[in-house]
Amino acid sequence: MLEMNNITKVFNAGTPNEKTALEDFSLKVSDGDFITVIGANGAGKSTLFGAIAGDYIPDRGSIILNNKNVTLQPSYVRARVIGRLFQDPMRGTAPGMTIEENLSLAAGSGGWLGSITKADRERFIEKLSPLGMGLEYRMTQPVGLLSGGQRQALTLMMATMNKPEILLLDEHTAALDPATAEIVLKLTKEIVERDKITCLMVTHNMQSALDLGNRTIMMDRGKVIYDVSGDERKGLTVPDLLNKFKEAAGAALDNDRMLLTK
Amino acid sequence: MDIASIGSILQTSLELGLISSLTVLALFLSYSMLGVCDLSTDGCFTLGAATGAMVALAGHPFLAIPAAMAVGMMSGFITGLLQTKMGIDSLLAGIIVNTGLYSVNIAVMGKSSLINLNKTTTIFSMLKDSLKGTALAEQYGLIIALAAVLLVVIFLGFFLKTRLGLAIRATGNNPDMVRSSSINPVFTTLVGLVIANSFTALSGCLLGQFQKSANIDIGTGMVTIALASLLIGEVFIRRGPIGLKAVGAVIGAIVFRIVYAVALRFNMPAFMLKLVSSVIVIIAISGPYLKKQMPLLMRRMAFNSEGK
Repeated sequence: MLEMNNITKVFNAGTPNEKTALEDFSLKVSDGDFITVIGANGAGKSTLFGAIAGDYIPDRGSIILNNKNVTLQPSYVRARVIGRLFQDPMRGTAPGMTIEENLSLAAGSGGWLGSITKADRERFIEKLSPLGMGLEYRMTQPVGLLSGGQRQALTLMMATMNKPEILLLDEHTAALDPATAEIVLKLTKEIVERDKITCLMVTHNMQSALDLGNRTIMMDRGKVIYDVSGDERKGLTVPDLLNKFKEAAGAALDNDRMLLTK
Repeated sequence: MDIASIGSILQTSLELGLISSLTVLALFLSYSMLGVCDLSTDGCFTLGAATGAMVALAGHPFLAIPAAMAVGMMSGFITGLLQTKMGIDSLLAGIIVNTGLYSVNIAVMGKSSLINLNKTTTIFSMLKDSLKGTALAEQYGLIIALAAVLLVVIFLGFFLKTRLGLAIRATGNNPDMVRSSSINPVFTTLVGLVIANSFTALSGCLLGQFQKSANIDIGTGMVTIALASLLIGEVFIRRGPIGLKAVGAVIGAIVFRIVYAVALRFNMPAFMLKLVSSVIVIIAISGPYLKKQMPLLMRRMAFNSEGK
């Protein structure tokens, strides 16, 4: 279980560019939750993920992961239990290294001086075959030769290879073409459901925010302004969501990208 | 040019090429893999030569090798610490360490700037004595240099495929990805620089013993020469497994020495070595960039001439 208590994060404090990205933000995520996160640009969605993953240490508040206070833990330590995908498909993989070398680093088995074994290779092929992208035949090719969609699918495999406590998806299909985005989204759904991974997903697509997962939170100016799950969420439509935003934020949602993809 | 002089050019080039290829392999690790241009290389090379010479002078030519490598490791550790833990830019960290090493090196050499090993037993003189009368009598330098290079290349070939080696390669490629694999890039940078600098110091130690002298300037310009060799090597071996790329770095070092030796034959003065290596590095790094800019430049020129 993930618990965020009264998190505040201010960037460039004391300068004209001061920006409060998260303000007294609290959130409780139960095991097995699949939460979709929506909100306009600058609402604090990415900062929220950065705080969970350890990129930013919050100015105030605490983050409890599985009853352990991880607020000050460096990001690479937290990465043991947190999987993460970014919008940029290039961020999750090392382009100059081969597919199997990337997978091997993510798998992290065998100790510092261990190298890729036959069993590892079989396991990697087993992971990649269901993608239907033919990656299992290209294990010794550099990842830099793959398309954005293939790299993102590979990153997804790497992030979920050892089941994470939390999977953070930061608009991970936004930079892909619509057909590829759909494939990657479908894959995500399958893996998250199959392994029962607790997951938070930022999306600008209002429809998929409602279609996917069991809970949706709407953010504005560093706060949760609407949190919906269960029966109330089932009947919800995109226009309902837009109205909720207007009600809660006191202004219409003026995000072109969001309106376009409703 | 007669056969004998070609033979001696080749032999000298091979000996010096192999010895300096250890520094090229160090940069192969730090520059190509880790993505850090380690400007402490010059000082570290001298440190290895000075330490090795002093230990050999004390009567321990074999101990000189691990001793030089150990001080190289320490130097690499400090360079790494400055850039990962103290917020100093990696280029600046190298320059600072390099400057500091100048004093350290003089101190190591007993407040002198030159150590003469003419009458001292070195690993080269020992092998020379034991090979006396055999067909390989004059190949003692080649044998030792080749053995050292083989060991380092084999080590790198294996090491860079281990999890730690993969993590070091990924650090230069995508540090974000290293962090998400639960590995601290600070750790991989430190390990990479420590290993690389032990090779640099080994290179200096062997050159000092081979030349039977170590002076404070022995490492000056090594970083550029090694970089030039590394980039020449990449021309020969561009793709392939990591061990093969390491062999490419060695080939680059030898080719560099051969070209240099031939140039000397054609009356290029010896002091030109460093200018030549600078020009090679400039061409090798700026070449691909300028090639990419060419179409745009051509269009601009065509546009301007149409306008007039």
